[in-house]
Amino acid sequence: MTTTPFSSTNVHGIDPEGPVIEQLHSITVRVNGAPRTGMAPARRLLSDFLRGDLGLTGTHVGCEHGVCGACTVLVDGQPMRSCLMFAISAQGLDITTVEGIGNDPAQMSPVQQAFAECHALQCGFCTPGFITTITAFLEDNPDPSEEEARECVSGNLCRCTGYQNIVKAVLRAAEIRRDGAATSSSSTVAGGAL
Amino acid sequence: MKPAPFIHHAPTSVEEAVAVLAQVGHDGKVLAGGQSLIPVLNMRLAQPGHLIDINAITADALDRVEVRDDCVRVGALVRHAALERDGGGRHTLPLLSQALRNVAHPAIRNRGTTVGSIAHADAAGEMPSVAVLTEAVIEAASARGTREIAAADFFEGPLETTLAADELVVAIRFGRMPGGTSTFFLESARRHGDYALAGVAVALTVTDGVVSKARASFVSVTDVPDVLDLTSVVGGREPEGIDWAAIDDAVQAHVDPQADIHASADYRRALVGELTKRAFTQAAATREDRSA
Repeated sequence: MTTTPFSSTNVHGIDPEGPVIEQLHSITVRVNGAPRTGMAPARRLLSDFLRGDLGLTGTHVGCEHGVCGACTVLVDGQPMRSCLMFAISAQGLDITTVEGIGNDPAQMSPVQQAFAECHALQCGFCTPGFITTITAFLEDNPDPSEEEARECVSGNLCRCTGYQNIVKAVLRAAEIRRDGAATSSSSTVAGGAL
Repeated sequence: MKPAPFIHHAPTSVEEAVAVLAQVGHDGKVLAGGQSLIPVLNMRLAQPGHLIDINAITADALDRVEVRDDCVRVGALVRHAALERDGGGRHTLPLLSQALRNVAHPAIRNRGTTVGSIAHADAAGEMPSVAVLTEAVIEAASARGTREIAAADFFEGPLETTLAADELVVAIRFGRMPGGTSTFFLESARRHGDYALAGVAVALTVTDGVVSKARASFVSVTDVPDVLDLTSVVGGREPEGIDWAAIDDAVQAHVDPQADIHASADYRRALVGELTKRAFTQAAATREDRSA
C-alpha cells in the first residue's frame, strides 16, 4: 500500500519537470455487504470508484455537483450523493448501491417492482438514484402520505416522467412492502424484505 | 467535472489537523461534509494542493451536540441531519431544526455539517443567518492556540470569513434565546431544498405581555448575514395587536439583494419583506399556543 508523502514545497508530489504522476492509494470500501478494494488517487469520487474501479455501473453520474441525485447511494443506510464524497473518505463506511437493493429481474425489491408497475421510468437514467433514495425513505416512513412521497423525491431530477408516476410508485412501494412484511413474517422469504 | 489532484491528509486529532494546516496555509482546505466544497472542486473553481479530511478525527468528540446553560455547542463533524434530529438541541433552541429543514435535500443533510456550512459562509446558506441571530461563538483552533470569534465578527463577505488560513473551526456555540422568546424560519425557493430566493430567521421576545425584542436575519438577500433589530418599530406593544406590515419598510431598506436568472432584486426585496412579516406573525402565534 502506498502512503501519501507530505511535503509543503512539492505540493502534488510532482516533479515540475517530469511527467504528472499521481499518488495512488489502496482503498477498501464495504459495498453491498462485501469489502472491495481498488487503487485510486485521493481525488477519485466515490461515484467514479464504484463505476470505474469496482465495475458497479448501476450508480449513474449526472450533474456531478449534487443537484440531480442520480448517483445517490446509501451510506450506513442513509442516502448520500456519491459524487460529493471521495472514495478515500468512504473507507470504513457501509455502502449500498442499486445493485445491492436488487440485481435480479426475477427478484426485484418492492421499490423496483413499484417502478415497473407504475411506469415510473422511461429512459431509466435517473432511476438508480430514485430507488436508493426511496428505499431508505420507506425504512423511516413505511406509510407516507402523497405529500411526504413528493418531498422524498424532491432531491432527484427526472427529465422524462413528470414525476406523477414516480410519486405513485413511492406509495405503491409502501403498499408492496407492507404486504410483503405481512406474508414474509411467517416464512423465511427474504427477496422482498430489502 | 473532476477535481484537480491534491494531497489527502487524514488526521486523527485536532492537534494533527492544525499541524498540517500550519504547514500548508492557504494551499489547504478543510474537508468535513464536503457538500459545498466538493462541487467547487469538481467544477475546478478551486484547486487546493492539500485537503485536510477531518472525518477520521475521533479523539476530540467533534460529532457531539452538547446542550449547556447558555448555548447549544455543535462539533465540527455533526451532520445537519443529526443536529436536526437531536432532541436536546431541538428542545432548547427550536430555531436550529426550524432552519435545518430548509438546508438542501435530505441526502445532502445526511453528509453536510452545520459547522462546515457556517465556515463556508455562503450568504445563500441558512445556517450563517442562524449563527448571527443566536449570537453564536465560533471556536477556532490552530497550532498557535485557540480563540473564539463572535458570529458578528466572523463573516466578512460572500464566502469570506475572518478565520486565518491555519485555523480550524472545531465547534460553534449557538446562544440560547432569553425566556419568552419564540423563533421562526421561513424561506422561499423554486423547489424545496434548492437555494432560497430569500429567507429569514426571526426571534420575538415578549416580556410582561409586550414585545421587548424583535430581531431578524436573512438568507440570500444580504452579502454578509447580519441582524436587523426591529425593536424600535414594534417594541412595547402587545404582540397580538401588531400590524406586522409596519416592519416592511425597515426590512426592505436593510437588505441588498442581487438579481439573477431566477428573480430580480426588486422581487427578492418584496419577497423578503413578506416572508419576514409572515415569520413574525407565526412566531407571535407560536407564543400564544405555548402560553394557552
